[in-house]
Amino acid sequence: MSFLSVEHVYKDFGATEVLRDVSFSAERGTITAIIGASGAGKTTLLRCLNFLELPDQGTIHLNGKCIWQAGVHYTKAELRELRLNFGLVFQSFNLFPQYTALQNVRMPLQLQWKEKLKAQRLSFGAYQAEKKRRLAESTAAAEAMLRQVGLGEKLHAYPCELSGGQCQRLAIARALILEPSVLCFDEPTSALDPALTGEVLRVIRSLCSEERAMIVVTHDMDFAARVADRVVLMEDGRVKDEGTPELLKTVFQSGGEL
Amino acid sequence: MSFFQVTAELMDGFWLTCRLFAETLLYSLPLGLLISFGLLSNFRPLRGVMNVVVWAIRGTPLMLLLFIVFYVPGFAFGVTLDRYPAALLAFVVNYACYFAVIFKGGIQSVPVGQTEAGQVLGMRGGQVFGRVVLFQVFRNILAPVSNEVITLVKDTALARTISVLEIMFMANQLLTTKALVWPLFYTALFYLLFIGVLTLLFQFLEKKVSYYKV
Repeated sequence: MSFLSVEHVYKDFGATEVLRDVSFSAERGTITAIIGASGAGKTTLLRCLNFLELPDQGTIHLNGKCIWQAGVHYTKAELRELRLNFGLVFQSFNLFPQYTALQNVRMPLQLQWKEKLKAQRLSFGAYQAEKKRRLAESTAAAEAMLRQVGLGEKLHAYPCELSGGQCQRLAIARALILEPSVLCFDEPTSALDPALTGEVLRVIRSLCSEERAMIVVTHDMDFAARVADRVVLMEDGRVKDEGTPELLKTVFQSGGEL
Repeated sequence: MSFFQVTAELMDGFWLTCRLFAETLLYSLPLGLLISFGLLSNFRPLRGVMNVVVWAIRGTPLMLLLFIVFYVPGFAFGVTLDRYPAALLAFVVNYACYFAVIFKGGIQSVPVGQTEAGQVLGMRGGQVFGRVVLFQVFRNILAPVSNEVITLVKDTALARTISVLEIMFMANQLLTTKALVWPLFYTALFYLLFIGVLTLLFQFLEKKVSYYKV
C-alpha cells in the first residue's frame, strides 16, 4: 500500500460538487504535483487533506493505517491529532504578523509541550525547571529549522520585514517544525515574483527526503513538470489522469490545456 | 466659598466619576467580548437574541436606560437599587453593547487564514484565539475603543440624573445651594485633564502595538 492513499473522496458545498470520487496516492521521498485549472478542486483537496474541510465521503490512509473515514465522528481533539500528520504552506503564507520569525516557528512546538507538561501535573518548581529546559530546546530546534531554510540571519525579523521568498521559507519552516509525514504546498509560486520560481523549486526539492511525502498544488505546468516526481491532473473535481511528469507533455501534445 | 473649598468639593465628585468610569470599563469590556461571541455565534437563536439586545440598547438613550434600571425594579418588584449600583449597571450594559459591536468587527477583520494556520499547526480553538487572533483584534480595535472610552468619561455626567454624586452633580449643587456658577465651568478642567491622560495612554498603546505591519 502507498504511504499516503486518498480513496474515493467527495466534497460538496451545498449544491456545488467540488470533489467527485477523487483517488490518488503519494509515496515517501517523492513530490506529487496536483495540477488543474482554477476551480478543478485542487485547493479543496488540499484542505481536505489538512482537515480544514471534512470530506463527505471517502477514506484517507497514511502509512498503512486508515486515519480518516467519512461517516465516522471525530472529536475536535482527534481532528487536531490528525492534522499534525500534515503540514501546509498556504498560498498567502498566513504567517502570524505579531511574532518574529523565531516565534512563528517555535510557537507550535511550545504549545505542544506546554499541553503535555500541564497533563503531567508537576509541582510548581519542577514545572518551571522543565519549562525552561523545553523552551531552550524548542528555541534551538526553531533556530536550526530557520537556518535550514536559509533564514538564520532573520531570526528576530517580523514577517513584514521579510521579502516574499523569505516569507515562504518561513512558512515552510513553521510547517516542518512539527515533523509532519506529509508536507503540502498550496500554489507555492502564485504569490511570488516569477523570478523567484527557481528559488522555490530549489527549496522544495531540497526538502524532499525519505521522512515525508510532499504534495504541491499548482496550476503552473512548467513548475509542476520541474518539481514533481508524479503528477495528478484534476478536472471538474475529478482526477483526469495520473502519472510521471511526462504525462504533462502528452496532455499538451494532444492539444489539452489547463 | 473659597477656590480650594470648591476644588475639594468637586474632587469628591470627581472621585466618584473616576470610580464609575473604571468600574464600567472593568465589567463592560469582558461582557462586551462575551456578547461579541454571541453576535458571531453559529447558533442562530443565540445570535438573534444578542442582536436584539444590542439593537435595543444602542437604539435607546443611555439616560432612559438609567431611569429604567433605577425606577423599574421598584415599580415592578418593589426592589430598589441604590443609586450608584443602578448607574453602574446601566453604564455596564450600555457600554458592553457598544464594545461588543467593536469587538465583533475586530474579530471579523482578522483574516480567516490566521485561524486556519493555527488549526493546521495543531492548536486548540482557545489557543488560536488567545495566541493568534486576540492580539490582532486588540490592535485593530484600539482606535474605536479609545473613542468609546473618551465618550464614557463624558457620559458619566448622565449619572447625575439619578442623583449620583459625580462631579457635575456636585457643581450643580454648588449652583443651586451657593449660587456659584463658575464651578460648573471649572469642571471642564477636570474632564480635560482626565481625557488628556487617557489620550496619552492610548497614543502610547497604539505606538506599542504598531511594531508590525499586516
